[in-house]
Amino acid sequence: MGAPAMPRGRTPTDRAIGWLQVQLPKLVLSPSLVIVLLFVYGFILWTIVLSFSRSRILPVYTFAGFDAYERLWSLPNWSVALQNLAIFGVLYIGLCTLIGLALAILLDQRIRIEGVLRPIYLYPMALSFVVTGTAWKWFLNPGLGFEKVVRAWGWSDFTFDWLVNPDMAIYTIVIAAIWQSSGFVMAMFLAGLRGIDNELIRAAQIDGASPFKLYWRIIIPQLRPAFLSAVIILAHMAVKSYDLVIALTGGGPGNATELPATFMYSYTFTRNQMAVGAASAVIMLMTIAAIIVPYLYAELRGDDRGR
Amino acid sequence: MRKMVLTMAGALLTILTTAGGLRAAPEVEVLHWWTSGGEAAALNILKKDLEGKGVTWKDMPVAGGGGTQAMTVLRARVSSGNPPVAVQMLGFDILDWAEQGAVGDLNELAAAGGWDMVIPAALQKFSRYDAKWIAAPVNVHSTNWIWGNKAVFDKVGISQPATWDELIASLDKIRAAGIIPLAHGGQPWQDATLFDSVVLTTGGGDFYKKALIELDAGALGSDTMKSVFDRMAKLRSYVDPNFPGRDWNLASAMVIKGEAGMQIMGDWAKGEFVAAGKKPGTDVVCFRFPGTQGNVTFNTDQFVMFKVGADRRPAQLELAKAIMSPAFQASFSMIKGSVPARNDVPDTGFDDCGKKAMKDLKEAAASDRLMGSLAHRHAAAASVMNAIYDVVTNHFNGGIKSSDDAVKRLVAAVRAAR
Repeated sequence: MGAPAMPRGRTPTDRAIGWLQVQLPKLVLSPSLVIVLLFVYGFILWTIVLSFSRSRILPVYTFAGFDAYERLWSLPNWSVALQNLAIFGVLYIGLCTLIGLALAILLDQRIRIEGVLRPIYLYPMALSFVVTGTAWKWFLNPGLGFEKVVRAWGWSDFTFDWLVNPDMAIYTIVIAAIWQSSGFVMAMFLAGLRGIDNELIRAAQIDGASPFKLYWRIIIPQLRPAFLSAVIILAHMAVKSYDLVIALTGGGPGNATELPATFMYSYTFTRNQMAVGAASAVIMLMTIAAIIVPYLYAELRGDDRGR
Repeated sequence: MRKMVLTMAGALLTILTTAGGLRAAPEVEVLHWWTSGGEAAALNILKKDLEGKGVTWKDMPVAGGGGTQAMTVLRARVSSGNPPVAVQMLGFDILDWAEQGAVGDLNELAAAGGWDMVIPAALQKFSRYDAKWIAAPVNVHSTNWIWGNKAVFDKVGISQPATWDELIASLDKIRAAGIIPLAHGGQPWQDATLFDSVVLTTGGGDFYKKALIELDAGALGSDTMKSVFDRMAKLRSYVDPNFPGRDWNLASAMVIKGEAGMQIMGDWAKGEFVAAGKKPGTDVVCFRFPGTQGNVTFNTDQFVMFKVGADRRPAQLELAKAIMSPAFQASFSMIKGSVPARNDVPDTGFDDCGKKAMKDLKEAAASDRLMGSLAHRHAAAASVMNAIYDVVTNHFNGGIKSSDDAVKRLVAAVRAAR
């Protein structure tokens, strides 16, 4: 962005105003740029520095090499957290996308009260994960919620104790998270569906394509950008999910529902192992970066092609 | 860059936390997590006491049992060079902060008040660092208690069990009557509270010290420890299936309502019973975990005095003096359910359980059987304590299937955390 050429015969005041006009956007943007640099990238750097230090209760800056990373990868808690993230991430992203897509397609059938139904599915997104977690905690508690109600209806052998079962507890988090997010994914797909050219659909219908074929062959392939955005958004939500776990299970039973984010918090702030906590934060950052960077790259390249 | 980040963050925190705080009157800012009804009432006594001496109390409560959130706030305050005057703290946290060189010196006051004589040596371990008094201990809680519903005990015809086998027999009888034998909340620290007592009753005081305080690998990996885990699994079988995540006071409520027979919990539970109108010693029986009479595993609440400028120093000393006054310690403990940290406070006015607690404490201190509780940060540093929590709670919840495995994991976890 070069300065525009100054026409001859202008007064110094004019020139000053001209200069200001050119520089004003930069001046206005600079405070937020400084704040972002400091509080986002500065603290990322600080965390990286801490992960190579011997910090325990407070930050210290004696260099310890990869000591914290070695400790991190030898901790059984960390492997539990990663396993849980794998289960949670795959199921959460996969099922949210599927359910969101299915809801969007069904809502797209020009049904009568769409305006009422759409917000119903979307409203869970307006809740904070803490509220979702607490509500589902009560609902899934065997002595309080669903199991008790079904038993009271007469099925006295009915058991649904996932919340208190260490092997199944992680799936309760999946259920609550899907309940919260699939409406949002639906909205994204719905927007995508509405953007598809009607001519194309009509042409396919004239050619005698069945509704299934129509969706499978024509419509869904055209939703690629919506898929990409949905997966990216869900993926980073999965990696950073913390509040839902804390509210729903508190990481328990035992440490059966530990996730990397809860691991990071507890090691940094309650276990006085700040370096290990920082190391886990760096690993999480790298995981998210591995997802986001290719996406950004693809997006920017798309711009070059003038899409 | 780093320095700038630090300074900026520090400056910001200072602005946030001291906004509107610059006044001339002597003022003590106290960071604590005593926000529940009884605790707040107990703290109010101290506040009134200080106001009588012209010192303003600036409350800085950070809710959250165990003080996790409070410690996070403290970290920010100390990093920014603006520590509060005093902070309520537990056990090894005190020593960790002392190691960072952030705490003040109370030696003069301690010498004048004869603190060396009136505070049990086991408590002094946490109030002194490098021969310097750094904290004023308020009270002592002991954790090897069982609280039983007297009506349930009478109904099934049991009295206070005195040995492990008697305890199991009692629990069986309660179950046979269709009542949940053991009220318990499945949170790591509660599981560890059981673990404390089971280690103590299985191996005795010396074993407890060797395994959980000295962290001796031999003791941690011993056969005794294996039977400790076997016994934990046995206790687990008396807990109702909905226990994961339950708060301790809800477990106490089960005992109060007679839904459950007994609860293994420190004596802060007494506050819940009293608040529900139950009389300790009459409606609720209190007894030491079977096989641990004579031993006391404790945790102590202390106010750590941080290093502050000369302007805030006089008020800080005034606060420390007020905390150490016998009258305050007695009235505070009566409300909180604990025992005064000073050993020269008469037991008049305490209920039966409180009187027994004071007597037990004196005996245990005299025979060197007053030992820091692992579950409550008084046996090992936070990193080690949490590593042990992991194993205990995993085993208790069925994540670790056998005692052999549990012992192996315990030894490895402690080694990794040191």
